[in-house]
Order: sequence, then structure tokens, then C-alpha cells
Amino acid sequence: MRELYEKLKTRFPLGEFTDQRDNLGFITVDKDQLRPVLYHLRDHEGFSHLVLLTAVDWIEEDRFQLTYLLSNRTRSVDVGLRVMLDRGEPVMETIHDIWPTAATYQCELREMFGIDFPDSPGVMDDFILEGWDDLPPYRRDFDTKKYSDETYAHREGRVTHDPAEYMKKQLYPDEV
Amino acid sequence: MLYQPDRSQYPDMGPDGKLDIDLSSGKYLKLWQGPQHPGITGNMSLELTVCGDEVVEGKVHVGYLHRGFEKLMERRSFIQCFPIVCRICVPEPDFNEYCYAAAVEELAGIEISERAKWIRTLILEMGRINSYMMYLGGQAGALGMGVIGQWTTYVRDLMLDRFEELTGARIYHMFIIPGGVRDDLPAGFEDRMEETLKEIEATLKDVQEVMFQNAVFKKRTKGIGYIDPSLVDSYGITGPNARAAGIAKDVRADQPYLVYPHLDFEPVTGKDSDIFTRSDVRRRDVIMSVDLVRQILSRMPKKDGPLMAKLPNVLHWKIPRGETYIRGECSRGEYGFYVVTDGSGYPRRVNVRGPSYTHAMSLLQRMIVNVNIADVASLMVSLHTYPPEIER
Repeated sequence: MRELYEKLKTRFPLGEFTDQRDNLGFITVDKDQLRPVLYHLRDHEGFSHLVLLTAVDWIEEDRFQLTYLLSNRTRSVDVGLRVMLDRGEPVMETIHDIWPTAATYQCELREMFGIDFPDSPGVMDDFILEGWDDLPPYRRDFDTKKYSDETYAHREGRVTHDPAEYMKKQLYPDEV
Repeated sequence: MLYQPDRSQYPDMGPDGKLDIDLSSGKYLKLWQGPQHPGITGNMSLELTVCGDEVVEGKVHVGYLHRGFEKLMERRSFIQCFPIVCRICVPEPDFNEYCYAAAVEELAGIEISERAKWIRTLILEMGRINSYMMYLGGQAGALGMGVIGQWTTYVRDLMLDRFEELTGARIYHMFIIPGGVRDDLPAGFEDRMEETLKEIEATLKDVQEVMFQNAVFKKRTKGIGYIDPSLVDSYGITGPNARAAGIAKDVRADQPYLVYPHLDFEPVTGKDSDIFTRSDVRRRDVIMSVDLVRQILSRMPKKDGPLMAKLPNVLHWKIPRGETYIRGECSRGEYGFYVVTDGSGYPRRVNVRGPSYTHAMSLLQRMIVNVNIADVASLMVSLHTYPPEIER
């Protein structure tokens, strides 16, 4: 994987490289360099399969990490591209024109992390949550317990009866 | 011959490339298939716009069973996450356990015993047979052949018995734990498994004769639901859906994990890429899995040490900062876990990559156009979709 990194580095300004396994590496890429790197990997290095696109919330560092995981199915190697976004301005260029399936991932990231991908088809449509008006729920500062306490009424625990006694009471109330 | 629908009634395209559908014209009708519908696998729904009997536009809606697994796991220690993950996918839960366990082991630098790897592979192949059995019943049921589903459910139940004696549970096994597996095979397991495998083979023979040689089944599946091989990469298609299009990609062979390098098999492929071929690829995949289970049981090394690797105190288990992706070939395609750790006792992020995410959303929405309403269920089932993978 380091070979690929060195090769890419001659063409693009790249950030940190992590050699996770023989067939998996992660490379940090600048936001504006992502598209040319993706094109190069797809067209010249055989990374034609977009495995997943997801985000990690590094709230302490005030940034989001977008991970684009690509796979070369012929050589069976994977590369993950990390793009760091400012948490205050989470906007990223769409890549649905390169992989149409990315539109679904981008729609989910907009809903769950509040990361916007302008011009991505249906990006503003509801994906899983309908009529959500709170903080995007997969952000680290969204408190599920607090949301649940504020949104739903408290439900008392269920009463447990002894089946024999209970049925006796129901069927023969006079004898009890 | 490929399915060529009559396009004369179809709506015109607007200048923006969008369909010009005027519901008030009376020519089109909105039809919801699901979330409660016998032709839907799991809880999702299809919003179909139909013109006569044919679908002009289809939109997939999910969100009926979002349980927020990925978020839940961020608040749980690594060992507390282990019993949660299997619940992401009901018919084939073991892949979640394997991918999660393997990711945690890689990030924490834990090596598992050889026999544990064999038992993990055995569990995964047993789960695959179960999942395919549900699929075959569903595919036949979508075309009105309910009896096939009864046969496949029967043999699936026999396999659940084997799961029960091996793991103590029938559906959620919670057996593949970070560090190894929970227990060894019980005495006499191989013989009872052989009996079950023979039953499965006999049922498959019946299914082959009654389903795959049935004139109605052939007529309603051949040439319908064609996936062009050129879409495989752009739409992220994996597993039997890609193999039926002649793309011989199988993670078990391409990036062998666990003990697959020690097993003899060839990825099953087809060439017509229609509903019939996809069903047939899966039927032949079961035959291969039956063979793999036999190979595993006969080649498994004897127990020569503890099955579980030594773990740190799991209540105070911290894993250094890192990230990894672990994949495996489940019955529907590539299943993977992307796990990020930050040096604390909890995962920073877990992302589940299920094959249905691409198959049931962008691909199905594209394929459903121009399909007859009566074929929608059959087409959707032929992609082998499980909504829980979409909304983890």
C-alpha cells in the first residue's frame, strides 16, 4: 500500500498515511483534492468499487472525518480516503456523478450528521427520519437519553401477575 | 430474449430530465407496496407510480425499523457491543458478529486460535445455508408457489436445531465473540450435521424440479430484471447479484479470510443476469455451502489449546486510536464493518456496510421502472434485500 501512496504523492498533495494491513491503507486528502484523487484511483489504479462513504465525528478536534473507502476488485486491495471537514461548516462536494450509489450515502450523512452535499440528487429528502427538527442524531453532542426523556412520556413498568392466581381471580371472583 | 415493455404510454421527460407525471390527468396512479405487504421482505415500502399495469417511477422508503445500532455502540464498551451487533440482521446474524469481532481483534492486536477460525467458518456457512433457504422460499412465494417456502422453512428449521445444539440459541447465536468462539462442537455434532445436510440436498433436488423446471416460474423470471454487467462497479453490486451477471467476484476467494484458503471451491456464476439466473446462482451456492460444511468438518484440526484468546479485563478494555474495515461474503454480497477507535473504552464509530444498502436503494429504484406490477415483488426479492442493513 505504501507504494501506491508514494506514487500518488508525486501527483497530488497528500496528508498522513496509515498502513493498516497488506491490503488496506488510509490516506488523508485535502477537501479540494478529493475529486482528482478519486478520478485517478478509479481510472488509472483500478479502484472502481465504492465500498462505503461514512463520517466520524471528532468533536474534540472540532471536525468531521469523511471516509471514502474504495476497492480494487482485481488486485483485492482497499484504500480509504479521509477528508477532514470543519465542524462549523460541514459542506462537501457530491460524488454521485462518479458513483451513482453515493447519492444514498450522502442523503444519509446529511440527515444523520448534518453534512451537506449540494446538488446531490434527493439530498434534502427524508431518508430514515421523518420531520426531524433536532440536532442531527449521529453527532456526538446529540444526547439520546435527553431527547428520549423530553420527547416521550414516562411509561410505568408492567405489573406481573402469578398466572394461576390471576386467572382464578378473573374466572371465579366470588371464591377468592 | 430480453423483456421489452411497451413504452408508448410512458410520460415525457421534462427539460431537467425528470419525468412529467401529472396525477390529476387520471393516467397515473400512486400505489404503495409495503410496509405491510406479503411481497416485501422486511419493513420497507415501495412508492410506485403506475400507468396501467406498468411502473413508471419507483421510490424506496425505509425508516420503519431504525434502531440506531451505530449510535448505541458508541456508548457501550467493546464487550457490551458484542451482543448487540447480531441483531442488525435477523436471517443471517453471524456475519455481524464475525466482522465486529475481527475488527476489534485487529485493532487490539489479538490473534485467535486455529480451531476457533474453523468453527467461525462453519457457523458462517451454516448461516449462509439458512439465509438462502429463506430466500428460495421467498422467491417462489413472490410468484405464488407457497409450498416451496414450506419445504425450505422445514430444512431451515433442521439447521436451526444444529445451531441450537452448538450455540444454545436458534436465531441470535452470540457465539463469535472477540477473542474466539464461546465453545467447542458438542459430541456427535458431525453425524447429526451430516443427516441435516442430506435432508437439505434432498429438498434442493425437489426445489430444482418443482421450481426451476416449472414453466410458469421460467416464463416469469427469464429475461426479467436484467442487470447490465457494466452497472456492477458504478452501483456497488456484489455477491450473487454480480455473479449472476458473470462477474466472478466472491470475497471468500478474492480476499480469503478465516480458513477459506484451506477449502476447495469456485465462485458460482451465471451469465444471463435475470431473476432466474440469480435464483439459480443462489441454489447452486447452497450446494457449494453444503460441500464447504462437509470440508470444514472433515479437515478441522483437533483441539490443542484454549479456544478463546486471552483478553484484557473486558470491563476496562481500551483500544488504541485506529481504524479498519473488515469484510466477508454473506449470502447477499459484501458485508463489512468499518470500526474507528480513539484510545478510550468505547468505539468512536462503527459503520455497517450491508449489501442491501446499494441493492435495495439506488439499484432497485433504477430497475423497477418499466416493470409490470405483478413482477415488482419477484424483482425485489431477486435482489435479496434486507432493510435492517439499510437503516442500522
